[in-house]
Amino acid sequence: MRQYSKLIFAALALVLLVAPLLVYPIFATKLLCFALFAAAFNLLFGQAGLLSFGHALFFGGAAYCTGYALKTWGWNTEWAVLLGVVFATLAGVVVGVLSIRRQGIYFAMITLALAQMFYYFCVGAPFTGGDDGISAIPRRPVFGVIDITDDRTLYYVVAVTFFVAFALIYRIIYSPYGQVLRAIRDNEARAVSLGYAVDRYKLIAFVISAALAGLAGSLKVLVFRLASLVDVGWSTSGEVILMTLVGGIGTVFGPLVGAGFILTMQSYLQGYAQWVPVIQGLVFVVMVMLLPKGVVGEFMARVFKVQPAQVK
Amino acid sequence: MGQLTLGLINGAFYAVLSLGLTVIFGMLRVINFTHGAQFTLGAFGAWMLLHYLKVPYWASLVIVPLVMALLGGLVERLLLKRLYEMNHLFQLLLTFGLAQMIEGTLAVLYGSSGKPFDNPMPGGMDLGFMFMPYYRAWVVVASLVVCLGTWWAIERTRLGAYLRASTDNPDLVRTFGIPVPRLMTLTYAFGVGLAALAGVLAGPIDQVKPSMGSGLIITVFAVVVIGGMGSIMGSIVTGFTLGLLEALTKVYYPPASSVVIFLVMAAVILVKPAGLFGRQP
Repeated sequence: MRQYSKLIFAALALVLLVAPLLVYPIFATKLLCFALFAAAFNLLFGQAGLLSFGHALFFGGAAYCTGYALKTWGWNTEWAVLLGVVFATLAGVVVGVLSIRRQGIYFAMITLALAQMFYYFCVGAPFTGGDDGISAIPRRPVFGVIDITDDRTLYYVVAVTFFVAFALIYRIIYSPYGQVLRAIRDNEARAVSLGYAVDRYKLIAFVISAALAGLAGSLKVLVFRLASLVDVGWSTSGEVILMTLVGGIGTVFGPLVGAGFILTMQSYLQGYAQWVPVIQGLVFVVMVMLLPKGVVGEFMARVFKVQPAQVK
Repeated sequence: MGQLTLGLINGAFYAVLSLGLTVIFGMLRVINFTHGAQFTLGAFGAWMLLHYLKVPYWASLVIVPLVMALLGGLVERLLLKRLYEMNHLFQLLLTFGLAQMIEGTLAVLYGSSGKPFDNPMPGGMDLGFMFMPYYRAWVVVASLVVCLGTWWAIERTRLGAYLRASTDNPDLVRTFGIPVPRLMTLTYAFGVGLAALAGVLAGPIDQVKPSMGSGLIITVFAVVVIGGMGSIMGSIVTGFTLGLLEALTKVYYPPASSVVIFLVMAAVILVKPAGLFGRQP
């Protein structure tokens, strides 16, 4: 796949450029936020094999930071987003240091528990606005000149950010560092015996993933102008896992496809909002039972004969 | 003092649920994410039987866990079983999906607000230093009996010995002609039955609502991480202790009561990553 990377990125840039002509700009922006979130999650799960059930902590925590800085402190957009990313990075260090001490299922449980602790903290904290959240967050001009009150302009700002972040993730996956991560995922004991400081590699992956998930959460605030308890709840952590699973764990474009699928489904089910969890649960079960490689993973396996290592 | 009995009750639920998770994990190497939803289904099952068919609480206490165990066995046979060859994380994802389906369906059918459940044991007794409602005492005693019974069944009976042996080395046990796959189905069914029993017990304490299990199960995950899933007794002791600790925190420093178990978990991971009673894998 690597030999096509220039072509792939040119195509991606083209799609990003024309997307707002085909779908509502707000929907496209929302999709990019969640695609970035899922791509950040997939970097950790797909490459390092670490299933985090607590990524809502970084997504929602960054959303609160950005929202609060924009609304209450009156910060500029770029600084407020940066604050969100910084928060997610630091939170990533703390959660990462604790959770990578255990593997597999325990890792999932620990990340879930820590995220739930943060959720309870947010329920009680005075600055999160409780059940109402932080709403009507202003969209201030980016760098003081780019007016993002227009949905289409906002889309292009988010699209550029997404493109850069996505390229970064792609670069990490195909770097020597990414190679080591996959070695650890496939056989940790062997990586240790080869002399790799496994925990450090895992921690770095965790922090990068957390920071990018935070970036996604901060961008989401600009779109919805809202940061709420839903963003830090376990269902958000589950949703990002579902997006990755649908698209294909460990695939480069899976998260984008998965986010598109889930968000499209949600928007079609708008009148039946209470059914969404049921159907998402059903999609979970169907994907795991019938298509564990995901849509993109299955496509890659059939067409390019590339087997994702994650599904044995 | 009232807080302490509440703590004991929460501890009882932590103990029964983490016990179920431990038993299932020991045999199947699966973390049953559906455990919380099965707990909720237990409570709703008892409520439905009472509401639609006028079946008394005491009968539900037997019927509901048995029916749920049967359904659990079906889930293991039809779904979980097919995933044993795959990465264990996929089983986690499957059970998470099932939990969402169950909780979502209950929310659609009954709304997210609670359904009141009449207390089958009204009244209480004055212990001199505090007032003890009969039902709360019953829940604590019943949970203790269930926990100790499970411990006895696994540590002291022949079937339990088979179970423990299959946990350590399933292939070897199979060569002795012991039907390991059937034991796995039974184990999962038993764990689900425990969760449902806890749900029936929990029904009359508070209202019965679709989200009652999901918040609880995440706390139980933390309990399981603290105790480590190595020993049955470990999960029982940890469950009760943490319930009491949570209650004490509520008395002395209320704002921290919802997070204290998670803080303990973080501390335990730093000091003893395998958990207090666990073995490092």
